[in-house]
Amino acid sequence: MRVSLDGVVKAFGPQRVLDRVVWEADFEHALALIGPSGGGKSTLMRLLAGLDTPDEGRVMVDGKALPVDEGALRAYRRGTGIVFQSFNLFPHLSALENVILPLVHVHGMGRREAEGVAASFLERFRLAGHGHKQPALLSGGQRQRVAIARALAHSPGLLLLDEPTSALDPEMTSEVLDVIAELRDSGQRIVLVTHEMGFARHTADVVAFVDGGGILESGAAAEFFGNPKKPETARFLEKILKY
Amino acid sequence: MATASTSFGVFFDRPGRPAGLLGRGLSLALLVAGYSLLCWLAFSKSIQNWEGVLDYRVTFWNGWMNTIRISAAALVLSTLIGMVTALARRSPFLPLRYTAVAYVETVRGLPLVVLVLFGFYGVANALGWQDRVAVGIGILSLFSGAYIAEMIRAGIDSVGRSQWDSARAIGLGTVQTYRLVVLPQVARQTLPPLAGQFSSIIKDSSLLYIIGIPELTFAANQVNSATYSTFESFVPLGVCYLALTLPVSLLSKWLERRTRYET
Ligand SMILES: Nc1ncnc2c1ncn2[C@@H]1O[C@H](COP(=O)(O)OP(=O)(O)O)[C@@H](O)[C@H]1O
Ligand SMILES: [Mg+2]
Repeated sequence: MRVSLDGVVKAFGPQRVLDRVVWEADFEHALALIGPSGGGKSTLMRLLAGLDTPDEGRVMVDGKALPVDEGALRAYRRGTGIVFQSFNLFPHLSALENVILPLVHVHGMGRREAEGVAASFLERFRLAGHGHKQPALLSGGQRQRVAIARALAHSPGLLLLDEPTSALDPEMTSEVLDVIAELRDSGQRIVLVTHEMGFARHTADVVAFVDGGGILESGAAAEFFGNPKKPETARFLEKILKY
Repeated sequence: MATASTSFGVFFDRPGRPAGLLGRGLSLALLVAGYSLLCWLAFSKSIQNWEGVLDYRVTFWNGWMNTIRISAAALVLSTLIGMVTALARRSPFLPLRYTAVAYVETVRGLPLVVLVLFGFYGVANALGWQDRVAVGIGILSLFSGAYIAEMIRAGIDSVGRSQWDSARAIGLGTVQTYRLVVLPQVARQTLPPLAGQFSSIIKDSSLLYIIGIPELTFAANQVNSATYSTFESFVPLGVCYLALTLPVSLLSKWLERRTRYET
């Protein structure tokens, strides 16, 4: 899969979070975005997800520029799955209903079939027996796994995960990372924002360092971590890997 | 202090030492007896004509039924008005948004009496609307709708940004997002204050007596004029309102507790 940015600008007021970014990444399984907080990772993810549009330039996925009007973007989003860091689920619906809702109302699946698909995804993510519970009754790790199930149930070509474990304690983090690693191994294409460097190294083919208004450095995971070229990257890795 | 709290200790209910069944029962019994005696001493000479008022029980009954009908109709209508107004207030189309804001702020800034008088003697007269009850329901609904609009708006505001993002992320359109994600959460949030508003509508409907709608207060007033028995007319009036508002207010409290546990 190929993701490229062609002169992309995204600004919030006077602050240019992405400033004329030209960048391209080719990856087979997974792309990891890393970088300091406030560096622009989520901003970039929202562009890739079709939730926002750039002020200038184009975002391209597999050679095709993403549309800019909401109707066409919605159609694009139907082919992706997105999980955010924080609370994603609809609190008034059970875990199972959360997964069923987009299948029925976005993808036009029949109710019975959707129930079956949703149940099988919950089971796959070791959530069998939790389907009837409302999100408030689930642990953070369980909620994120339900969110991943919901993002995946319609078999999207691309799964986008923005810090899916940042709000979780270590035990739940590994529950969720296990699921993501398993997905990657089963061939699911993933773009992931994470602070888990060990995980990024093992799971991602390509890693990109997002900061200072753009992509400061990107490359194959082994090389990126083993031999960072930019001093900023080296400093960031040193700091984050210190403990 | 020490003696007081030992001899009257049974009547106290404190965080560390809650009152027992005896204390609660005794308090209630003493108060009922005490206040009844007080009322009897003060008013027994004025209350003598229960039979005279009893003759008018049909008038009371009809008034009470009218109050219930008017309030129920106004509840339904004002909920609709409130919902439409709350959505209009979020509309990207400015003329619509401003209209909603002007309506809500104007109505909330006016006493109901003013609306009733102006709506009936002003607007309804000018337009030739004859049906008092319908006009009354309309005025009451417009009044209450402004308050319900604010409740629903607060409910919509309380649905966080991440919910809208999630809804967009899974591919829902705007109408679907409102229908499947936002309004169900708003409904759960708004149900308790909406039940409370029903109680307000019931009480506020009493003001419609000034334009001659034969609801409960109008009926009691009529009976009072016919029998010259103020207490015998107005005590049942109060009881009839409480018989409606207390259950509704209990329902509201129950809904509120249920919502709190669920989230
Ligand atoms: N909707 C927004 N409005 C204003 N500023 C924003 C918005 N989204 C992000 N920003 C700003 O853009 C910068 C990058 O944010 P973000 O992309 O969330 O960084 P990251 O995900 O790497 O932590 C931050 O300084 C943030 O304050
Ligand atoms: Mg972020």
